[in-house]
Formats: sequence, structure tokens, C-alpha cells
Amino acid sequence: MTNETGRGAMAETLIKVEDVSHVFPAPDGGGEVIALEGIDIEIGRGEMVSLIGPSGCGKSTLLNVIGGMIAPSQGAALIGGARVRGPRPKEVAYIFQESALLPWATILDNIKVSLEFQKAPRATRDQVAREALKAVGLDAFATSYPHQLSGGMKQRAALARALSLRTDVLLMDEPFAALDEQTRMIFSEDLSRLLANERKTILLVTHSLAEAVFLSDRIFVFTSRPGRIKAVLEVDEPHPRSPAFMTSPKFNDLRNRLYELLRDEVLAAIGKDRQGLA
Amino acid sequence: MSAASAAGQALTARLTPAQRRASALVKLSALALLLIVWHFVTVTEIVSPFFLPKPADVLRNFIRIVGSGQAWPDLKVTLFEFAIAGPIALVAGGLVGFLVSLTRYGARVFEPIISSVYAIPIIIFYPISVMALGIGPESKIAHGALFGFFPICLNTIQGFSRVDPLLIRLAHSTGASQRQLFWRIMLPAAAPTILSGVRLGLMLCFLAIIGGETIASIEGIGHRVVWYAEGMQTGNMFAYIVFVVLVAVIMNAALSLLEFRKGRS
Repeated sequence: MTNETGRGAMAETLIKVEDVSHVFPAPDGGGEVIALEGIDIEIGRGEMVSLIGPSGCGKSTLLNVIGGMIAPSQGAALIGGARVRGPRPKEVAYIFQESALLPWATILDNIKVSLEFQKAPRATRDQVAREALKAVGLDAFATSYPHQLSGGMKQRAALARALSLRTDVLLMDEPFAALDEQTRMIFSEDLSRLLANERKTILLVTHSLAEAVFLSDRIFVFTSRPGRIKAVLEVDEPHPRSPAFMTSPKFNDLRNRLYELLRDEVLAAIGKDRQGLA
Repeated sequence: MSAASAAGQALTARLTPAQRRASALVKLSALALLLIVWHFVTVTEIVSPFFLPKPADVLRNFIRIVGSGQAWPDLKVTLFEFAIAGPIALVAGGLVGFLVSLTRYGARVFEPIISSVYAIPIIIFYPISVMALGIGPESKIAHGALFGFFPICLNTIQGFSRVDPLLIRLAHSTGASQRQLFWRIMLPAAAPTILSGVRLGLMLCFLAIIGGETIASIEGIGHRVVWYAEGMQTGNMFAYIVFVVLVAVIMNAALSLLEFRKGRS
């Protein structure tokens, strides 16, 4: 079943992270903060992977290392066997917590500007942008401005923009964090349907256990800072996943295991505050 | 500046047609009231007609100086000074502002310096302009350009350094070149703030030129007001005051068009 949909099976490695560590200067000026330590992972083409862990564990940093936005202090990320040395607009598209839509441009123009930056052929930009809007159900809002859209619709537009770039890899940095719960659920279902139809390799940074289990083929659990990989959970369930999956024993079991793994790390991350309270 | 422009938007953008009519009515009534009080205090001679002529007399003089073309040579001088000083303020303010905003360090070091210079009364430098450049148009041009420089420069720094960093990250991740980043992201994002600085700067430039003309000059519409005052011709003086006010109002309305175009945000 999973093999038929092309997910779950690690046919071919697309992304490789080799012994990545990252250190940055502490914000208060004294010393250094180790954000990531010795990360080694491989992600297959078409895989949907979540990165989950306590705040400050470096999961967003890892995303940015893979996206070429941060050069790691040590180690390297590889996409399709080639070392990442900077942004890869033809291969990697981003979705951020905020939609990052240009407020002065229509939704359609927003997508076309990104296509222009990506050096997509001028003649096809309009059509590609409109198709992407259709894919996320926003074709009626092509000429709307961002401030006329709800938070959920803006994130949909950001998704359309990312899809229009036709990259193999989609990096999602807490894309649902600013949305209300109902909108998140619908968005997650849509995303799962999209995963079944398009062969995208997705890395999702999230804080939500339910979201991670519902969407992922594999979940990487991070330790508190310095971020290391503590465990990897597999979710053997074909896409598209229905809301019914959320109430299945399998879902609950995975969610509970995930919580057990995370609980210690979250306690460690906030440990100092708790000692202060005792 | 952004708070002021937000308030300005609230003042103009959200009015219904009925509210707009009502607001126009209030403005007209205030103007009418002013004219009525003016007329009343002059016909009853509560205020001596020598210090304040009747509105009707001022209107007659106004029509004469405008109709006969008597005011044009002075207006031409003032507009010529503005036509040189305005672009100088615009280019210098925009360029310095942009260069300072290029690095976070530059913005942090130079923005406070420029702000604090802006806070001192620039008018005290006018005598230096006159000493160095004479009482002709050159000193007014220098003075006007200096006045206009600061708001344009400060708003340019603010506009560029407050562009949403996420928009810049997105542009980088999608492969934007430096040129694309500037023209497609930075400039449109900073434009509303820069434009309100340009509007304020050009208006201050114009007012500073007229102010300079009233202090030390041989021509220009500001000078003509003082010239008639010194000649005790209050009728003509008031006609010129009305003329200057009218020109300033028209100038302000023209500069307001700069901001109207931003519309949605």
C-alpha cells in the first residue's frame, strides 16, 4: 500500500545531512550557543519528514542549513549528491510561519515575482501561477491583495507560491503556527492530499504532536539544546490521510510515544525555570 | 513618521461619502466664520483698518495684484528657488539616507546624528547662507535645501531599515539578485515611508525659502509681504499674505498627491 503511493519506501536518498554542527554567538554577547551537534540524517525522495523538539533545539537552524540560508559551522548538507552552498531556488522552496506576501502586490503578482526571481521562463509565469492558485483553491482570489485574505488563505497563497516554483524539496518552518485549530486541520488534510498526488520531499518543523503524526512518514525527535537527534518514529500510513486516522489507535499510540520522548527534553529545556520555582 | 501617516490614513481613507460631505461643511463653516469675524471687527473699527483692512478691500487688492500680473515676477523667483532647492534636498536626502541604511551599523551610528542635527533650529544657519551666498536666490536655495534634506534623509533610512526581514529571506531563498531585491522588494516596501518624508521635506523646503525671503532678500513673494509692511501699505501686504497662503496650500495639495498613490497597505 505504502509502496504503491510512492511514500514510506526509501527508494533513493535526496537529502543528506552529514555530521552537521552549528554554533552561534550568544545573544547576550558572552560565549557561544551550540544549536546543533552531530546531525546525520538521510531523507528519501518523496518523503514527508517532521522535525520536532523543544524550543531552541535547532530544528529551524537545520532547516536553514538544508535550504542554504545558513552555512553550518561544521559538516554539510547535500541535495541530490551536491553540497549545499547557498539558496537553491530551482530545488528548494520555503514556507514560513508568516505568509511573507508582498502587501503591495496581488496574490497572482506575488507568485509571479517569485517565479521571476527563480528565473522561470517569462512566457509561462502567468499560467504556472494561476495553476498553483487553482491547486490550493484560491483561483478566485488571484487579483486580491494580501490584506483582503484571512490568515489561512494567506498561508494557502504561500503554499501556492512554493508549489509554483516546482521544486523537489519543500521546507516548512512552522507553517501552521499562526493559524487557528480548525484552519490547521483543514490545511493538514489538504497537504496530505497534495502529498498523495505530487511527489514532493517535505521537511516540516512543528511543535504540534498531532500535526507531526498526521502528516509525516518519519518524525525526527530532537533533544533540548544542543540539538541532537534523540529518536526517529515511523508512521506507516498511506497518504492521503483522512480525519478518521486521527482517532485510530495507531495514531494515539504514536502520539503518546512521541509525547513520552519529548517530555523529558521539554523538561530539560525549561529545567532552570522549574528549579527556580521549587 | 509612520504613526503620523497612519493617523493621516485614518483621517482620509475611512470616511463615508456622508461623513466627507459633513467634514467639508465644517471646514467651509470655519472659513466663513473667520471671514465674518474679520469683517465684523473691521467695519466696527474695533481693530484699526490700518492694521487690518476689511476683507473686501483685501480681496480687491488681491484681484488687482493677481489680475495685473504684478505678483508674477516675485512668484517666478520663489518657484525658481524651489525648483532648484527641492531636487537638491530630494537627491541628497535620498542618497545619504540610502547609503546610511545599507548597513545596520551605519543606521545605528548615523541616524541619531542626523536626527539630533534636525532637532536644532536650522533657521540659525540662515545668516551664514546670506553671508556666504548673498541676498539673492542662492542663499534661499541653500537654506531651503538644508531644511528639506533632513526629513527626506531620515525617512529614507527608516523606510529601508524597517523592511520586513522575512520578505528579504523569501527573496534570497527564491534566488533574487541584488538588483531585484532592491527594485522589487526594498524600494516598494520602503516607498510609503520615503514618500511621506519627501512630502514633508519638500513642503519645509518651500516654507523655508519663503521664510528666508522675509528675513533677507530683494525679491520673491515672501520678500514682497515684508516690503509692503515696511512701506506701511497694509492693504497690499494682506493681499500678498493671502497670495502666499494660497500658493502654499496649492503646493501642499500637489505634494499630497505623492502619498495618495500608495493607497492599499
